[in-house]
This record gives sequence, structure tokens and C-alpha cells, in this order.
Amino acid sequence: MTYIPHSPIERDAMLAAIGVKSLEDLFKDIPAKHRFPKLDLPPALTEMEAAAELGELSTGNENVHSDLVSFLGAGAYNHYIPAAVDHILRRGEFYTAYTPYQPEISQGTLQAIFEYQSLICALTGMEVSNASHYDGATAVAEAANMAYAQFRGKRNKVVISPTVHPQYRETMRTYVQGMGLELAGDDPKANLDAGPEALESLIDENTALVIVQYPDFFGRVYDFTKLIELAHAKGALVCVAANPTALALFKAPAEMGADIVVGEGQPLGIPLSFGGPYLGFFTTRKQYIHKMAGRLVGETLDNRGQRAFVLTLTAREQHIKRERAISNICSNQGLMALAAAVYLSLLGQTGLRQVAELCYHKAHYAAEKISKVKGYSLCFDTPFFHEFSVCCPKPVTEINDHLLEHGVLGGYDLGQDYPSLKDHMLIAVTEMNTKDEIDALVDILAEVNHD
Amino acid sequence: MTEPTIYELSSPGRTGVIFPDPDVPRAKLPENLLRKELPLPELAEVDVVRHYVNLSKYNYSVDGGFYPLGSCTMKYNPKINEDTARLPGFAFTHPLQPIETVQGNLVLMYTLQEWLKEISGFAALTLQPAAGAHGELTGVLIMRAYHKDRRDSKRVKMLIPDSAHGTNPASSAMSSMEVVQVPSDARGNVDLAALKAACDDTTVGLMLTNPNTLGLFDEHLEQVIQIVHDCGGLVYGDGANLNALLGILRPGDVGIDVMHYNLHKTFSTPHGGGGPGSGPVGVTEQLADFLPGPLVGIVEEGDDDDPPLYGFITPKKTIGRVKAFHGHFGMLVRAYTYIAMHGPDGLRQIAEYAVLNANYIKARLKGVYTVPFDRICMHEFVAEGQWTDAPGIRALDVAKRLMDYDYHPPTNYFPLIVHEALMIEPTETENKRTLDDFVEALLKIAAEAKTNPDLLHDAPHKTPFGRMDEVKAARELVLCCWLPEDYKQ
Repeated sequence: MTYIPHSPIERDAMLAAIGVKSLEDLFKDIPAKHRFPKLDLPPALTEMEAAAELGELSTGNENVHSDLVSFLGAGAYNHYIPAAVDHILRRGEFYTAYTPYQPEISQGTLQAIFEYQSLICALTGMEVSNASHYDGATAVAEAANMAYAQFRGKRNKVVISPTVHPQYRETMRTYVQGMGLELAGDDPKANLDAGPEALESLIDENTALVIVQYPDFFGRVYDFTKLIELAHAKGALVCVAANPTALALFKAPAEMGADIVVGEGQPLGIPLSFGGPYLGFFTTRKQYIHKMAGRLVGETLDNRGQRAFVLTLTAREQHIKRERAISNICSNQGLMALAAAVYLSLLGQTGLRQVAELCYHKAHYAAEKISKVKGYSLCFDTPFFHEFSVCCPKPVTEINDHLLEHGVLGGYDLGQDYPSLKDHMLIAVTEMNTKDEIDALVDILAEVNHD
Repeated sequence: MTEPTIYELSSPGRTGVIFPDPDVPRAKLPENLLRKELPLPELAEVDVVRHYVNLSKYNYSVDGGFYPLGSCTMKYNPKINEDTARLPGFAFTHPLQPIETVQGNLVLMYTLQEWLKEISGFAALTLQPAAGAHGELTGVLIMRAYHKDRRDSKRVKMLIPDSAHGTNPASSAMSSMEVVQVPSDARGNVDLAALKAACDDTTVGLMLTNPNTLGLFDEHLEQVIQIVHDCGGLVYGDGANLNALLGILRPGDVGIDVMHYNLHKTFSTPHGGGGPGSGPVGVTEQLADFLPGPLVGIVEEGDDDDPPLYGFITPKKTIGRVKAFHGHFGMLVRAYTYIAMHGPDGLRQIAEYAVLNANYIKARLKGVYTVPFDRICMHEFVAEGQWTDAPGIRALDVAKRLMDYDYHPPTNYFPLIVHEALMIEPTETENKRTLDDFVEALLKIAAEAKTNPDLLHDAPHKTPFGRMDEVKAARELVLCCWLPEDYKQ
């Protein structure tokens, strides 16, 4: 089944107007020996058959909605998404529009992005937000790109904490291989107990950017004020990759002096969806705005005197500046930014703080219970938000297999990324987990140790 | 007509959602780490829904009308795609679940990898890149890694035709490559002599958009590729215009080494007001080891009783991952649905009718609008929005006036090599009547340009908003709603 509306009569009339006899005649420039290949693909399905096939594929998964109780986070979190969010996203006026390059007929998207920028600034405490990057990982990589541009290539070093998400660090390494930047601190064998002070000795006069995560990959919350002061004293910029839910409760990174605050916006009303599409948010201080990549919406007036919004400072972007642009980014995560705006508007300060506190209390309840089970202990005694690392008596995969038999999706196996954290599990608890589920998790963990 | 901002609608004490009270004891909060203010707005659900519904009405969309935006492939987005992507079995899976619990997702991804390879003739493919430009960066890094692996460290120059999208040079620059522009010839093809002169042992490769942004298929495609290969370079295919080639030509068959696909153009995943996109990258056998990892593969062969086990495989010399997790899975579900419903014949029809529609509009406008490079075009073409007997009228004026006739304007001022460019891409999903009405509007505007130019200069008139003061926006840089005065860091 196709979505091509032409009748044979219309097609023939159009061919005649063009002056060719057949559709094939339109393709004479194509090298003859390669023209019209036979594609080895399954025959077309009707919509009814496709719906059935996709339904069947989707039931080949166990999902955290109806099959599994999840304690897995590590960068993607199972939060409640109010029904109104998706109802707004499903409006064709939003999701079937293109980038708002024609502002007279795109005010819906433009004002929504302007509001998204405002809400993200409110959360992070920063002065400017762009219209989004692909995800948290690429937002971190773009921060390095921006800092490099800010110093016009005269500072070539980026210091990144080993407690930044392993996949963010890997993404950063990929981006940097083409940029000629040196990475320091990206060492999973480092002392993970050390806290932000451990980075201080790595920061020097050649450092363009220092990157930390808040809460860090292990869920720990540090105040980075001192680190940021030290970095500033050496002339470096500091980027904090923050969890947006945590920002409802904990000090805004701007208060600590951060120059760039980025993060993964998935917790703000975006479904897990096996890892994407998510939302990379990116904020900075106004003084660095010309070096920030990505689209930006600003307020103005139209020629009738009405307040309106447009894409602004576009001269920074690739379609104008080409090889001299800061970044190649073009498509962003527009619809996901809309999801975050609707989510934050619905929850407001009361709702978002409630979610953050629920996460905090439930995670602390789980941590305390688990720490009392024989064989298990908490790895760190630093304050944490909704994720914590547990030292386990057996390999994490073995424990997770056992949990799975009871319909529980266990935590992330930290040993895959950090050699010193073999048999350590990163457990995430959100507002979605009930006390009964946590108690059941604790019981099963105890049972595993007895087996 | 203006809608208040979400902050202006806020009223202290309201909330749109409440959550249950904690069912566990409250833990002590670390006072020294807490924030004091959280300046988010306060609204009821009905306020929020009305606000965003009101805003949505100010948008032009494919669901609402014809959107012939060149190089963007604004085809109809089938509704079934939106339903399949939201099936709970897909939408509620965590990216780090054990592979045994996500075999449905992995089969879908594996199959989509195979299908996309087959459609364009590549040996291996990654679904990870998030958008077209992200796919370009991935492809450029692969080219760089390939030369480096052969210890061919001299190669630093990327050749890019003057008709290319801006992302091509920007992606190359992000990998510290030197960009060398290659001119077009009088028929809109890559200028072969200039290409030959630019190719040497410092050439990384050529980034080629074909059909190019003039909507023209390069008449010397095979020679162009040969020239680059002869100097040891690789050819990158910008798949932005793949809609014209489905079932017509497989880029891998003619020697393209690496190419990104735009699932949000060719395979109908919606543009979402700017994203999310999805930009898979296909490569030849010799580049397969450099793909970003992980890819989806069979990790345990099946037998008569059991299906194979799908899992993740990291290529041997991978450039590394280009984002977290596995790409825009939700977009992959939509593209899978679309390809499954089209089959091989349906895909070829997409290209045939996209090309038919573009040539039909071009034929009907001929004589009134100047079309440089007058040949049979592919899925799009470029016309000039200027007339010698309508001084002072520019492409921008034509574009804005089209809004009064209730059309989204074509892309203007791109490609840069055509003066006052209007780049028109109708796509295959528009019927003859829509195209006829659109042509009539353009013909009327061409007449108005001469008889009543002010009608164009001041356009649009019938839209809820008029032309914008872009200078004011850039000078004042108001990028954020009003925030409470006492919220100062």
C-alpha cells in the first residue's frame, strides 16, 4: 500500500504535459546498467497487516509498563508521563511541520521553543538555552566544541570526570578524534571515591573546558563551587551535565558558577523508547552566546506590531556559515523539546519538586533496606539523588538473571565500565516504584545471596 | 492574535498534575545542597492544553496543506507510523535491558539494517546517528579513520561541490578537514575538469549530493566517482535526496562508498517542527569495520526449534559511538512500518511519482518562471523568483505571497549558485489537483509582481502574523520569558 494519490488518467495527463510517454522516460540520466534494480524486500503489506506485524514484534519484548518492575536507570529513567503531553505531541500542526524558517506561519513551534528555552533556563539557572541537541551525550560533546571555539583553538585540553556517563565519554572521544583536542581525566581506573577535588590537578592554562556530571553517573550529588572557582582561576570554562529532575531539588548549577549546563532531557515527559529519540538540552551564559551551536528563538515584533518569535543569530549556523560554523547541527529534537515544555508546564514547580522528592525518598528507602541485607553494602557515603551503587555478593549478571525470573529488571552492571566496580550494581528508583516493589526487590536480593 | 506565554498564564498555587504522597518514610534532605527557588510556571491542565492547542493553530503543517519545501521532502506522514511507534512493547523498553528481553526491538533493528542496505546497495549499516548532519559527521569520521588505518596521513582535503548543503562543509570542518569547493558546469553537473584538478594524494574524498540540490542527476556520475577513486579518495553520498532514487538506482552499485539516509525525509518519519530526525549510515565492505558501534547482529545462530538470538556487535576498528544508546528507535519503528507497507514496487513508485510531480510543476511554470539548467529534473527543481520587468521583486516576496494563497513557500535562497532561488519539491503524496492549484497561485503571483508589486512586498496579508523584525530580535536578544525579579544568581 502506498500513499500516492494519482489516478492513471491524471498520471497520463501529467506525462503528456511534461512531454514524455512513460514514467521510465523520466529516468534517462540514470546509468542504464544500474537502472531499476530489483530490490530483495518482502512484498508490501496493507495497513491492517503492518499493524499486526508491528504488534507482534512489540510483544517480542518485555516492557516496564506491563511485564517488568524496573530498577534500571543509568541515563534513561522511567517516569510518569501525564496523558496531556502525548495528546499535544500528536497534533499534526506540531509534528508534521518543518523547522520554523517561515515565522509568519510557524508561530506555534517558535513560541513553544521560546517557552522551552525559558523553562530550561529556569531549571538550570542559566541565561540562554538553545532549541536542543540530539541527546545528553551529544550535548556534552558540543560543549567541548563550543569551548574550543571560545578559545579559538588556543586551549586544546578538555578535562572530563570519570564519573560522567560512560557513553557520554565515549561519544566525546568520537567527536574529539576529528577535532584535535586532548582529553584528560577520562580514566575509569581512577579513584572513584575521590570527589571533584581529584580533577583539580588536571586543570591547567591549556584547559578549555572541565566537564562534570550532576548527580554523577553513580547518583552522587556534589557541590562543584570550589572546583569551578579553581577552573575559572586557570581561565577554563566548566560544563555541568545535569539531570533535570534532580534540579527541582538541588542547587542550580548556575549558582555554583557553571558556564555551560547541559543534560539529557528524557526524564521530562519523554518515553524510554529503547533509547531515543530523547532531548539534549544546552544552556550557557549570555556572554558565550555567539559560540553556542544550535537554533535559537528570540522575541520580536511583526510588521503589524504584534509580539512574535523568530529564529535568531542564524549567522552562527551551518546553512549560512558552512565550514566556519561552530557545529554542523541542523535537525534538532524539536518535538521532544515541545514534550519537555508541556511536561514542565503541567507539573510546574509543585509537581516537579514532588517527583524529585518521591524519587529521593524512595531511593533512600531502597538503599537503606538493601544495605541491611547480608552480603550487600552501599559503595559510597556521599549524598545521592535517585540512584546509588551497591556492592553485591555475586556477579551482577547472575543477580539480574534471578531478578528477571521474578519479573524485576535489575540495576546496571558497573563492572562493564569500571574495573574497580566489579560486582557493583547501579540501582535507580523513581516515583514509579512502590514500596511493595522495593520490598520485593530487597527480598529477592536476600534470596540470591542464600542460593 | 498573540497568545500569552506560559509564564504570563501562570497563577501561583495552581498545578496541572499531582502525584501520590510517598508510601515510604521521608529521608533527610542534605540542606546545604538544596535549591531555594524553582521558577517554573503554575497552571491547571486545561490551561496548558488550551495554550498549546492555541499555539498549534499558528503552525502550517503537512497535515494542513501543501508544503513544497525543497530539499526537505515534506511528504505525508502516515498515521499508522505514530501508532506503531507508541505500542507499549516498544515505547516502554529501556535501552539497557538484557538482550533476551528486547528481541522484538532487536529483530526490528536488524531487519531495518538489512532493508536499508538492500535499498541502497551497501554492505553494512549503522542506525545510530540522530539526524542527517549527524550521519555526515559519522561518515566523515569513517573516511578519516579509513585513511588513517592505511597510514595515509597526508589526506586532509574534502572536496565539496558548490551546490552542497551547508552541513557538508560544516561536518568536514568538525573533523578538522580542509574544505575545497568544486564548481558546477553549465548543465548543473560537477565540473569534471575542476574536479580532476582538485584531486590529488591529499584528498580525503568528495561529498556528493546526487541528485544535487538543483534536483539534477549528475550526467557524469560514474566518471566523477572514478576520478575520486583514482586519486585514492572516497566518495560520500549525501542521502538527503534519496527519495528520487528508491528502486531507481542503488548508490552503492555505482561506487558511492558511504552514505547517510534521512529517515525523516525519504521514509516518512515526521519532521516534528525541526526534529527528531534519524540519519543511518551505510558503507561498503572495506569501510564496515569503522562503523560506530554497537550494531545489531546475530549473536547466536538459531536452529529448527529456536530463532536466532539478536544482540549488539562492535565493529573491529570502530570510530566509537556517536551518541548514547542505539539511535532514535522511535523513528526506526516508523520507518520500518513505512518500508514494510511499500515493498519493492511501492518504493519504486515513490521515486517515480515524486519525479513526475516535480517535472509536472516545472513544465507548467516554464515560460513564466526562469528555470536555469532546463533538463528533466528529479524530485525537485529550482526556479528563479525574479523578473526583469518586475524590478524590486525578489524570491522572498514570492515566497511570502504564497502564504496568502495558503501554501507553505518553497525553500528560498538555496542552493546558493542560483540567483533568487525558489527550490520546489512537491513529493509523491500530492495529487494533480493540488499541484494545479499551486501552479495557478504561482502564475497569479508572477502577474501580480508586475501589476501590483506592493502586494508582494507587504505579503503575507492573510496569515495571523506579518513579516518579522529580525534585526530587533538579533539586537535585543530576548531569548527567555520574564523570570521572577528575585530569581537572580
